[in-house]
Amino acid sequence: MAEPAPERPLPAWSLPAGTAESLALPTEWPGRVTREWAWGGSTGNGVRVCILDSGVEPDHPDVGGLAGAVAVEVREGDEIAVVDDVEGDLCGHGTACAGIVRSIAPDCELHSVRVLGAGFTGSGTALLGGLRWAVEQGFQVINMSLSTTKSQFAGLLHEVADTAYFRRTVLVASAHNMPVESYPWRFSSVISVGSHEEPDAETFYYNPSPPVEFFARGVDVEVAWLGGSRARSTGNSFATPHMTGICALILGRHPELTPFQLKSALYLTANNVEGGE
Amino acid sequence: MSEDGLRAAVAAGVLASEDAHRALLQATVEVARGIFYARASSVLLYDEDTDELVFEAVAGEGADTLVGQRLPSSTGIGGWVLVTRQPIVLDDVSRDPRFAEEAAKKTGYVPQGLMCVPLIHDEEPLGVLYVLDRPQQARFSLEEMELLGLFGNQAAIALDLLRKARRAKAVLEDADTDSALLARVAENLEELDGPRRAAGVELLRSLEALFKG
Repeated sequence: MAEPAPERPLPAWSLPAGTAESLALPTEWPGRVTREWAWGGSTGNGVRVCILDSGVEPDHPDVGGLAGAVAVEVREGDEIAVVDDVEGDLCGHGTACAGIVRSIAPDCELHSVRVLGAGFTGSGTALLGGLRWAVEQGFQVINMSLSTTKSQFAGLLHEVADTAYFRRTVLVASAHNMPVESYPWRFSSVISVGSHEEPDAETFYYNPSPPVEFFARGVDVEVAWLGGSRARSTGNSFATPHMTGICALILGRHPELTPFQLKSALYLTANNVEGGE
Repeated sequence: MSEDGLRAAVAAGVLASEDAHRALLQATVEVARGIFYARASSVLLYDEDTDELVFEAVAGEGADTLVGQRLPSSTGIGGWVLVTRQPIVLDDVSRDPRFAEEAAKKTGYVPQGLMCVPLIHDEEPLGVLYVLDRPQQARFSLEEMELLGLFGNQAAIALDLLRKARRAKAVLEDADTDSALLARVAENLEELDGPRRAAGVELLRSLEALFKG
């Protein structure tokens, strides 16, 4: 493994002559990237994963505990407040997502950011505020099984998605099941996820015709639900945490990967690409 | 008064009544119930004034009791679907004790499974469509999900018509506004025929020329 690049006093807008050595990658990639190289033996240990959703039931046996839970409140003048979440999950969906991630990456550190519950009116503001907060916390993976159709939020969400990308926070976002324009899953800086119908949690496909980039398990999935219960569920919003879990596994083994490299590793290990075999 | 409101108010003088739009919505839930062989289907409209979801049309179980009942706009399954714009399908949801209790209280029966899809028109989620208890023997497929989405689009158009008709009615009923006056003129004109109508139209044309200066 090469030494990390030394600190330079100048911003890295360009690469001066003779300094290419400083760009040596901390991880050497093999000639053929396999799942064994990408996440073999990983349990997601040390990876901080955020579930941006309806909250999470922390004592559900499938969730296995939370390292943190906050709720986003929208106050007068669209001011955002992030407070400790004492209500848990207001729907069941966030718990379902957390349980799926936990089933794939059992040792990852799960956090909940609840952006629902303040009424529909402030929901776009809460989503944006919650995402901004989550990016500031430096979570390595943020699961977003939700989107907005309001174009007024598109530009702002795009900025936050790009900020996340450059700060090594991966956003994994559900593609829409319906023929409508929505965000942030359409942005190229996020990993967008649709569903396939196969029953295996680690089967995923790369889509060579974006904007949906990956298909993961999203049909008839048994998930954690409220009151310690379980339900069977279908939808892209359940495919997304499968990809989040796989991202956590890869980052558990290769924590230095940038979102671009992580997406490349996903591509190379997809079931319809050579490394996925 | 916005231009939309004015246009809608004037249109209300000549367009179908709310009853016709309600019938369209009722037909929509009947068809949804039919194509999925479901035990019940319902459409809920988002009420901006109270920030709640309101049952507007119900087919099957709950048809007698649910219309007019309200749900929170950002909690529960309907609230999640409205806020996130993502359709979901859930089976065995009756094992969730909170859901089971709420459903039993509202409808007298607890569905085993449900499909819920947002009704989006012009970027805006107007409400949600529920389909309850489709037959359990068939495994859910992504084709059905797409059908549900397509059907949701059609239901959204019906819901948008109903919402506009209501706004128009509210404008018409507020007698103090300029647009209500204009709407009443349009309504009265529609009721005229023969020479009186011709004279009315001529007078309005003169008024139009006067306003244009």
